[in-house]
Amino acid sequence: MLGPIDYVVWSVCMLAQTAVLVCAFRSQCLRQYFTLNFYMLAALLLSMGRVFVFVRYGYTSPQYFYFYYFSDALLTICLFFALMGLYLHVFQEMGVSSYLRTAAILLLGLTAWISYQMVVTSSHKMLTHFVVELSQNLYFVGVVLTYLLWGAIMKLRETRTRLIQLVLALGVYFSAFAASYALRNLYPEFVAWRYVAHLMQVWLPLAWAYTFIKIPEEARLATDRVAATNR
Amino acid sequence: MIAALILVISVAALLQFFVSYCRSVIAASYRKNLSEHAREVAGIENRFVRGDEFERLLQLVRLCPEPGDDGRELRAVCSYFDLLSLLRSSFGRLAPAVANWAEREREGCAYFAAVALDRRITYSRDLMAEQMSNQL
Repeated sequence: MLGPIDYVVWSVCMLAQTAVLVCAFRSQCLRQYFTLNFYMLAALLLSMGRVFVFVRYGYTSPQYFYFYYFSDALLTICLFFALMGLYLHVFQEMGVSSYLRTAAILLLGLTAWISYQMVVTSSHKMLTHFVVELSQNLYFVGVVLTYLLWGAIMKLRETRTRLIQLVLALGVYFSAFAASYALRNLYPEFVAWRYVAHLMQVWLPLAWAYTFIKIPEEARLATDRVAATNR
Repeated sequence: MIAALILVISVAALLQFFVSYCRSVIAASYRKNLSEHAREVAGIENRFVRGDEFERLLQLVRLCPEPGDDGRELRAVCSYFDLLSLLRSSFGRLAPAVANWAEREREGCAYFAAVALDRRITYSRDLMAEQMSNQL
């Protein structure tokens, strides 16, 4: 059953998701960071949907179970495209947007195919297993892609503070989620991983809202000041 | 085996992203010079602020009225400072290079706290000046 912490996190998460959209609107970057804002809008709407299903059918109902996992897979795909949107920002001057889009679709298709191959032998609830597997794999792909993007930012000496902070916040989110999924596979009886997921669901909207409201688009930052290995 | 590998890679990436994120928050404060008044209040003689002074500066920051826009930054930097202190005490003898790096980072956190203190002092003074002009 859900405890008071879960309700608080749920409410804070929805408030933070709304805050991102409001902050993006106020700083006039709704269109500029369209994929990020689209993800936040989808996350907010699906959170509301989860509340509705939860109130109507209950936490242990199959309806909530299916809605949760299917909406999670949908959100992970949206987040994957949000990450691709950040790639487009970093490489916009190189004029490789069409290649990036094609690569994103191919990578998503490849991840879906690998996920399918991993669950194809389980005859029972194969579709549910597939969406759970797809989410997990996309989180790990997200970690690798965000790491590569961070490497590209360092290499290209990208100085836009807003972009740097958006990428780093996403990196923290993806890696914490991938670690919590791995922990869940290693220690299925251990329930603390759930709170990591909760914390990260609050972290990402808060970090992005902060970036939109506090960091102006024209703010610049030397990347060598930020890299964890440099000083 | 694969799950363990994913866990190791993810935790390593998480640490690197978190450290870089905190540094991007702290980096903005490096460009700001401390005012004479803040130096006087905090007992800082030059631009250099020791890492050990972070806690004291933070207590001073908490004494000042909150402008309402730096609480989240401070919390992130506090978490980062705690992580660095843990690193420094864990690797102090095993890997002095790591301990030295952690100490330099702690100095950055302390300077960030000093800049936050400066901002809050300025805010308090402005608030007081406003109240006095309203009374007149």
